[in-house]
Amino acid sequence: MNVYADNAATTRVSEAALEAMLPCFVENYGNPSSPHHIGQKAAQILLAARQTMAEHLGAEASEILFTSGGSEADNQAIITAAVIGARKGKKHIISTKIEHHAVLHALNKLEKEGYEITLLDVYEDGIVRLSDLEAAIRPDTALVTIMYANNEIGTIQPIKEIGALCREKGVIFHTDAVQAAGHLPINVKEQNIDMLSLSAHKFHGPKGAGVFFCRKGIPITSIIEGGAQERGKRAGTENLPAIVGMAAAFKAACEQMPDAAARVQAMRDKLIDGILQLPEVILNGDREKRLPGNVNVSVKGIEGESLLLMLDQAGICASSGSACTSGSLDPSHVLLAIGLTHEVAHGSLRLSLSEYNNDAEIDYILSTLPPIVERLRSMSPVWKKMKEGK
Amino acid sequence: MMYSEKVMDHFTNPRNVGEIEDASGIGEVGNAKCGDIMKIFLKIEDGIITDAKFNTFGCGAAIATSSMATELIKGKPIEEALKLSNKAVVEALDGLPPVKLHCSVLAEEGVKMALQDYYNKRGEEMPEEYRPRCDGDCSGCGV
Ligand SMILES: Cc1ncc(COP(=O)(O)O)c(C=O)c1O
Repeated sequence: MNVYADNAATTRVSEAALEAMLPCFVENYGNPSSPHHIGQKAAQILLAARQTMAEHLGAEASEILFTSGGSEADNQAIITAAVIGARKGKKHIISTKIEHHAVLHALNKLEKEGYEITLLDVYEDGIVRLSDLEAAIRPDTALVTIMYANNEIGTIQPIKEIGALCREKGVIFHTDAVQAAGHLPINVKEQNIDMLSLSAHKFHGPKGAGVFFCRKGIPITSIIEGGAQERGKRAGTENLPAIVGMAAAFKAACEQMPDAAARVQAMRDKLIDGILQLPEVILNGDREKRLPGNVNVSVKGIEGESLLLMLDQAGICASSGSACTSGSLDPSHVLLAIGLTHEVAHGSLRLSLSEYNNDAEIDYILSTLPPIVERLRSMSPVWKKMKEGK
Repeated sequence: MMYSEKVMDHFTNPRNVGEIEDASGIGEVGNAKCGDIMKIFLKIEDGIITDAKFNTFGCGAAIATSSMATELIKGKPIEEALKLSNKAVVEALDGLPPVKLHCSVLAEEGVKMALQDYYNKRGEEMPEEYRPRCDGDCSGCGV
């Protein structure tokens, strides 16, 4: 049996998205900037996609900027806020220790340019505390950027409350909603969000398309110079097929959300309960405030990459935060931030589900995993030491 | 994946997994912080490595290099085992991805550590040039 349980990495494109995209390759292939009828047809389609995205985010079409994905949107949001801050002499930015590298590395770069960065702790449950945020905000804080949901451990942050606090203090609030979009409700107005990033390929849209939402009144800084596309804020001929696919996928995901989330969550809970039956396995991240499809556990005494390889040989695609999968000697910064030791972090396993998974697959994972764990533990000196109580 | 067929074979069907009760030498290298620990057990009789076993916590490459290193020295005289290099292990596995080369160093060091233990137990001097260098700090060995 083949089971794809790595939906946090990327998802398969939905039928709805694929169907919406196909005509953009052979019929509606025009350049939206061209004044002729084929170009103008493309412009119309682009506008419709923008309206769809806006509608399902509680935003206005003019507030939607299409990008190449989540990384670009994160970078543009951070640079935009940094430029605004610098003009007012504000060069302090607050974020968390568990952000995606698209955010953390953009912040590292700003730090080298003289900005001061505060990364909030997230505690064992993987959730930031509002009181910590309140204490960290200063008169010179230019931006608070906190992800909606984490890509590794799935934890969900109190976005609306964070947004309200930022409003009260007059600080721009950006949220990386790449893992949340299409899976958790979003309304930028109700949730007090000034800027937001999302990426199509995480909700059954194609790769290479994303949105940078920026509330009107906030002057955007362009990070790609060239033509006047996207109101001059993002040059480059629009990736129309991908944008159209994204809009179709997002519409479907938002409309089906309550049902789909309940179904996926039921599979998630069955998987968590089943895996926790194994001895010396812990769940990483809060059990309740967690993405409907996210399972992340640490299997003590074994190393994640060898676990992934054996699961893959059994047809199961999953992911790990071990060093061996990151290409460095250190395991995932997210797992270390929630207080795991290096040793336990190396044994992490992430299974991320979508509505394309089914109960039979969950059963298959639950019957395949225990013998693999046992096999790897039987050759692990770390496991033997644990068992001897050292 | 990025692994050769040989590596996948030794990962999937590792040779010499286990412990030796009355081992002549035991070596443990690496640390759990970096994600790899290898423990090598040797049985040495009349200067010949009559048996070699391992326990490993680590990635696919760590398990495969442990398996291959123990295969390469089994049945060999000590003099040959002393000369086991990480390069020989890598070659026997038809190569390793660059980020995994440290696993082969760990295998070489594990064998040397077990031999060191053997010499120590007998109150003999291990030849200087073959002594293990692993100090348990993975960032220190520069591979
Ligand atoms: C939380 C988060 N932010 C940003 C990104 C980057 O998105 P993209 O791959 O579209 O650039 C990802 C994707 O891995 C993510 O999970």
